[in-house]
Amino acid sequence: MLLNQFLLLSAVLFSIGVYGVLARRNGVLLLMSIELILNAVNINLVAFAAFTGTIGGEVFALFVIAVAAAEVGVGLAMVLLLYRSSRTIDLTTVDRLRG
Amino acid sequence: MGLDLLTLAFERPAIDWHAFAPELVLLAAGCLITLVDIVFLEKARPYTAALAGIGLLATAVPLLTLAVDGTERVMFDGAYVVDEFSLVMKALFLLAGYVVVLLSTNYVAEGDYWENEYYGLLLASLMGMVMMASARDLVSIFVALELLSIPAYLLVAWRKRDLHSTEAGLKYYLMGVFASAVMLYGMSLLYGVAGSTMLADIGTSLAGMETSPAVVTMGIVFVVAGFAFKVSAAPFHTWAPDVYEGAPTPVTAFLSVASKASGFVALLVFVFVGFYARSEVWEPLFWILAALSMTVGNLVALRQTNVVRLMAYSGIAQTGFMIAPLAVAGHGVVNGDQALSAVVTYLVIYAAMNLGAFTVVIALARRSGSAELTSFNGAFQFAPGLTVAMSVFLFSLAGIPPLGGWFAKFEVFRVLATAGEPWGYALAIVGAVNSVVALYYYASLARRMWADDPVDGDLGPVPVTPSIMSALTLCGIVTLAFGVAPQLVARFTDVSLLAFGG
Repeated sequence: MLLNQFLLLSAVLFSIGVYGVLARRNGVLLLMSIELILNAVNINLVAFAAFTGTIGGEVFALFVIAVAAAEVGVGLAMVLLLYRSSRTIDLTTVDRLRG
Repeated sequence: MGLDLLTLAFERPAIDWHAFAPELVLLAAGCLITLVDIVFLEKARPYTAALAGIGLLATAVPLLTLAVDGTERVMFDGAYVVDEFSLVMKALFLLAGYVVVLLSTNYVAEGDYWENEYYGLLLASLMGMVMMASARDLVSIFVALELLSIPAYLLVAWRKRDLHSTEAGLKYYLMGVFASAVMLYGMSLLYGVAGSTMLADIGTSLAGMETSPAVVTMGIVFVVAGFAFKVSAAPFHTWAPDVYEGAPTPVTAFLSVASKASGFVALLVFVFVGFYARSEVWEPLFWILAALSMTVGNLVALRQTNVVRLMAYSGIAQTGFMIAPLAVAGHGVVNGDQALSAVVTYLVIYAAMNLGAFTVVIALARRSGSAELTSFNGAFQFAPGLTVAMSVFLFSLAGIPPLGGWFAKFEVFRVLATAGEPWGYALAIVGAVNSVVALYYYASLARRMWADDPVDGDLGPVPVTPSIMSALTLCGIVTLAFGVAPQLVARFTDVSLLAFGG
C-alpha cells in the first residue's frame, strides 16, 4: 500500500495552505487557503482509513466536508459584509482595533 | 478494506434518551425561538429573551435528574459519555449562558438589531458546548467544536452596521477556522496512528509505544495548538483583545467564559483520555503555554486604557493559571486527578467572577457609552453599589481571600507544589510573581473607581435594570460563597477522567 505518497501530497497541500493564510491578505484567497488545509486533512483521513482498513476516517472526512461548507458560507457572508461597508476585501485596510 | 463494512446490515444503536435529555430540551428551546419568530414576527420580540432564559432553566432539569441518578452513561461505544465531569461542565455552560441572556436582555433590544436570531444562535452555541462536555471521539469533538464556534463568529459580527464589529467578526472567524483546520490535521495524524477515532482507543494505542514517534508528537502539538487558540493562551492569543473590543459586550462575556471553558473541556478530555501516556510531549507544551500566557497577559494588561481590552488581557493571564496544573499532570492517577480538579475548580470560579466583572462593565457603559478606563473614574460617587460589586470581582480575580478567586489560585499552586518536580516549582514562582503584577492593575482600576473624580462631573445615577441586577446577584453570591466555603465547589469539582480512560 502506497501510504507515503498520499501523506506527502497532503503535507505539501497543508504547507501551501498555511503559507497562504499567513502571506495573503485578500479575504477570498484566505478562505481558499483554509480550504486547502481542510482538503489536506481529508486526503490524510481517507489514506489512513484505506491503510488501516477502518471506516472511521472516511466517515470523519465526510463530516469535515459538510462542516467546512457551513464554515465557508459564514466566511463568505462576513467578507461580503466587509465589502458592503468598506468597498474592499483587502484585510490590510481593516485595522481599526488595536492598542 | 473499509468499504466492506457498508454491506453489513445496519443495526440501530441503543440510545439512552435520558442521557440525551439536556441536549434535546436545548434543541427544542432553540427551535421554539425560531418558530415563534416566524409565526408572530414583531409581536414576539419582547418575549424572546425570556423564552431563551426559560429554555436554559428547563435544560437544567434533566441535568439535575441525571446528577441525582448518578450512573455513568456510555453511548455509541464510548463516543458520547455522560459522567460527573461532563455534568459539572454542562451545568457551568448552562449557568454561564443564562447569565449572558440576562446581560443581553436590554443590550440587544436597545441596539435595534435582530433579537430572535441572536438568542437562537446563542442557544445553538451553547448546544455545541453541552455536546463538547460529553464528546469522547474525534468526530464528535470536531462537530461540537464547530457547532459552538460558527454561531459565535456570527454573534461577534452582530452589530453589522458597525465596522468595528465586522472587523472583530472577520478576525475571529479567520483565526478560528485556521486554528480548527490545523487541529484537524493533527487529529488526522492521530487517527492514522491509532486506526480509530475513539479517544480511548487512541489512548491505548499511544500507551503501547516506547517513545513518541514524530507523527504522534506532531499530532499532539497541532491539537493542543488548536485548542490553545480557543482558550486564548499566548502565543495564540492575538485575536482576543481585538475581538473582545469589537464584539457586543454580552457576547464578549460569553466568549471569555463559556467559549474558553469549552476549549478547556476539550483539552482536558484529550489530555486525560487520549494523550495521557505521552506526558513527555504535552507537559513541556503546557508549561510554555502557561508561563507565556501569564506573563504576556499581565504585562500587556498594565498599559491598557480600555476596560474591555484590560479584561481580555486579564483573561489571557487567567488562562495561564488554568493551564498551569496540566504542566505537571502526567505522573499517575492521583496527581492527574488533582490537576483535573484544580482546572475545573478554576473554570467554575473564574466563570462567576469574570461574568460578574463584565456585568458591571455593561451596566456602567450604558451610561457613558464607552468602555474607556477614564469613564470609570469616581464611579463610587454615582454608582456606589456597582463599585462595591466591581471591587469584589476584581479582588477575586486577583486572588485575595475570602473571595472565590483565592481558592482557585490556591488549588493551582497546591498541584504545582505537590508534584515535587523542579519544573513545577519554577512554574509556581512564575505564577506567584504574576499574581503580584495582576494585583497592581486590578487594584488600580478599583482605586480609580473609589478615589478619583468623575471626568465629566456628571453625577446622575446609573440605571440598573432588573436583569442586570439578577446577574450581578447571582455572580456575587457564587463568588463569595465559593471563597468563604471552598468545600462547596470542591464537592462538585472532585471529578476524574483517568478512571475511564484507563
